[in-house]
Amino acid sequence: MEREDFPGEETPLEYQTETGEYNIFGFWMFLGAEIVLFSTLFGTYFVLIYRTASSIPPTEVFSMGLVLVMTFTLLTSSFTSGLAIHEMRLGNVTRMLIWIGITLVLGLGFLGMEIYEFVEYASEGATLATSAYWSSFFLLLGTHGLHVAMGVAWFIIILIQIKMRGLTPATANKTFIASLYWHFLDVIWIFIFTGVYLLRLVIA
Amino acid sequence: MNLDWDEFIVTGEPFIHAGQISILLTTLGIIFVLTYFKKWKWLWKEWVTSVDHRKIGIMYIIASVLMLIRAGVDAMMMRTQLAVPEMPFLGEAQHYNEIFTTHGTIMIIFVATPFLIGLMNVATPLQIGARDVAFPFLNNLSFWTFFWGAMLFNISFVIGGAPDAGWSAYMPLASNDLSPGPGQNFYLLGLQITGIGTLATGINFVVTILKMRAKGMTLMRMPMFTWTTLITSLIIIGAFPILTVALAMQTFDRLWDTAFFTLQDGGMPMMWVNLFWLWGHPEVYIVILPAFGIFSEIITTFARKRLFGYTSMVFAIAAISGLSFLVWVHHFFTMGAGPMVNSFFSISTMAIAIPTGVKIFNWLATLHRGRIQFSVPMVWALGFIPNFTIGGVTGVMLAMAAADYQYHNTYFLVSHFHYVLIAGTIFACFAGTIYWWPKMFGLKLNARLGHWMFWLFMIGFNVCFFPQYFLGLDGMPRRIYTYFPEDGWFGLNFISTVGAFMMGIAFVIFVYNIYYSYRYQPRETTGDPWGGRGRTLEWATSSAVPPHYNFAKIPEVKGQDAFWQMKQDGIDPNEIVEYQDIHMPNNTGNPFIMCVFMFIGGFGLVFHWWPIAIIGAIGIFICMIQRSFSRDNGHIVSAEEVRKEEEGIREGQAHENG
Repeated sequence: MEREDFPGEETPLEYQTETGEYNIFGFWMFLGAEIVLFSTLFGTYFVLIYRTASSIPPTEVFSMGLVLVMTFTLLTSSFTSGLAIHEMRLGNVTRMLIWIGITLVLGLGFLGMEIYEFVEYASEGATLATSAYWSSFFLLLGTHGLHVAMGVAWFIIILIQIKMRGLTPATANKTFIASLYWHFLDVIWIFIFTGVYLLRLVIA
Repeated sequence: MNLDWDEFIVTGEPFIHAGQISILLTTLGIIFVLTYFKKWKWLWKEWVTSVDHRKIGIMYIIASVLMLIRAGVDAMMMRTQLAVPEMPFLGEAQHYNEIFTTHGTIMIIFVATPFLIGLMNVATPLQIGARDVAFPFLNNLSFWTFFWGAMLFNISFVIGGAPDAGWSAYMPLASNDLSPGPGQNFYLLGLQITGIGTLATGINFVVTILKMRAKGMTLMRMPMFTWTTLITSLIIIGAFPILTVALAMQTFDRLWDTAFFTLQDGGMPMMWVNLFWLWGHPEVYIVILPAFGIFSEIITTFARKRLFGYTSMVFAIAAISGLSFLVWVHHFFTMGAGPMVNSFFSISTMAIAIPTGVKIFNWLATLHRGRIQFSVPMVWALGFIPNFTIGGVTGVMLAMAAADYQYHNTYFLVSHFHYVLIAGTIFACFAGTIYWWPKMFGLKLNARLGHWMFWLFMIGFNVCFFPQYFLGLDGMPRRIYTYFPEDGWFGLNFISTVGAFMMGIAFVIFVYNIYYSYRYQPRETTGDPWGGRGRTLEWATSSAVPPHYNFAKIPEVKGQDAFWQMKQDGIDPNEIVEYQDIHMPNNTGNPFIMCVFMFIGGFGLVFHWWPIAIIGAIGIFICMIQRSFSRDNGHIVSAEEVRKEEEGIREGQAHENG
């Protein structure tokens, strides 16, 4: 649906249709629900934080080096996805695609490291079924990781669509929403980094 | 899961065999009728794939009524079992456990919630002068997640075995040790699939109401039902993700041996209780606030007055929605949280009575000096006020933590929540359905049969549940499947059972009324069928489903009760100088197929059949990708078509009046 009231030059592409505007607002509502979802997971994690039931404690397996690299990878990817939106606003499709590509590579790198981390922990005896602590750890991080994987798949689909159809109000709208999602996952990771890793390794 | 094939189909109980046979016959009957009358294509094109909010609303209501029949039969079986001491009717405790579990779950998740969502779908976009909801595709998807989630839950009683841990599914009672077999898995996955759609509905209606109101409709001019829809949708967004996570964790505990809720390996059963009620208490308001909205609409219409204290009503709803998240511990005062915690939740619970009281007095003040017409929706609304108040007052009694140690887990509680949920939600579902029936089907339900149904149901309801307060005070615990003559509970239980059957008969009259009215009631052509008393915008457009664009010209709102104002000012909202093209979304089969895959995936998980679960997951992803790539921009209803449609309606009206 084309907007009747403000189709001005100033309006960014992703806001130019009524549907596009609804999609973005609806996605903010969805992110509200996602905040509740992750809050519940964090709440569970903090309730169970000392309940390792005489199995392996997190301090024995957490490796801060890897987690720091993961953190920098994901934070950088959030930055590059922001640059992609910046280029989109300027109408530089090629540069926008490149930045999305870099975001994807960083996202996949993060996922690879997370899978490596999980396998490593499992080999040291910390799995989903080891204790309540580890159940909540893997559910919280696994949910975040699954979201990242979904985000990667989503960005790939959008890349294909921009290649096929160019930068239209519809594809711009999708890219903008996907980048909102990507920033959100980044914010969640900051809470994971402090609440899960820093809390156990540095503070307690 | 090691499940033998002979355990796959539930055997042994005569009632379940009867159920299996009736399901089989009904399915064959439906297939035969659709094939014989060549209706498959019609069903697919006009209904299954429809993105029209009114049709989706109707589908919600039909499916909820079917679920109401199932859960109602469960209720009557329970009441029969408890009618006399040491009744052999249901055979054993296990069967009774399964029936009260499915009764509770279905009534809350698959009747109350979707029934109200159905009414929201029918009325809310019309009330705000919108063409459709913000996300029509998502709306269709929401309906089918509810439908297929409900189907997954319902087949449990003939395949694999029904859940038996109560609708609140407390751990460790719902764990593999104490609830072996797939029954509880059906509960978890059925609710999970439905919950996705409910969350989507919440988002959809928030965006619809905040973004798509007609020109001039400020927030404080919105009809009360629209307000309750908005606030309810916000509660859904805040509460349903908690359920999603809790269900996922219990699913993990049962399927992959995690330790969230079992003491073994460090888990905490109390965490399930907290998370369940952290969702479950707001859920109570998800199913009561829209009911308040419906009664507000009906009372203003048939008292022929503006709603008294509109602003205080809005603030009351907002206050209730906030408080709804702060009271969850009152569901388990006796679990040893300590006096400080219990006091806090006791006081916050009692605080809810304040805004609710404001609303009750507002309704009474609206009635005061109104020109009351005792139509069928109105008698339901009038019946609601005293009955709901009884439920509310006993709720305050339960909110006293110290006293709750006496009532806890007795029939006093059972009676309390039936008084609020039936007199609130179910009365509203009937009232709203009858009130908006002309908007949905283009005719009014027969009033004589409607009044019969009302009185039978009202009396039956009180005969059934009022004695239960006394049974509770007399110490009868809930969830027991039989009792001894010397317990002294026979008389009141027997009366209660009689009441339950009266409600059953009332429901049969309702179903008969639908058939009777379809055959014999005159068709409604004006669009404002309640004696011209309509106040809000849904009555400004023509009746029944066909004009799929809702309004040929989007009305302009000049105040509260927009349509009433237009009538006062002598404005005809349907008078159109120039017809315009209208953009509408296309129908789509994608959500239906996606939800079938959700069903398949859920079914695979229930039985730990991983290949089937994976097939379901892949199917869901393919549907999502298909949707992402589709370039469906909807279609244009041309000005010419709109003109023809509208002139046809005008002619029909002239014919009727002339």
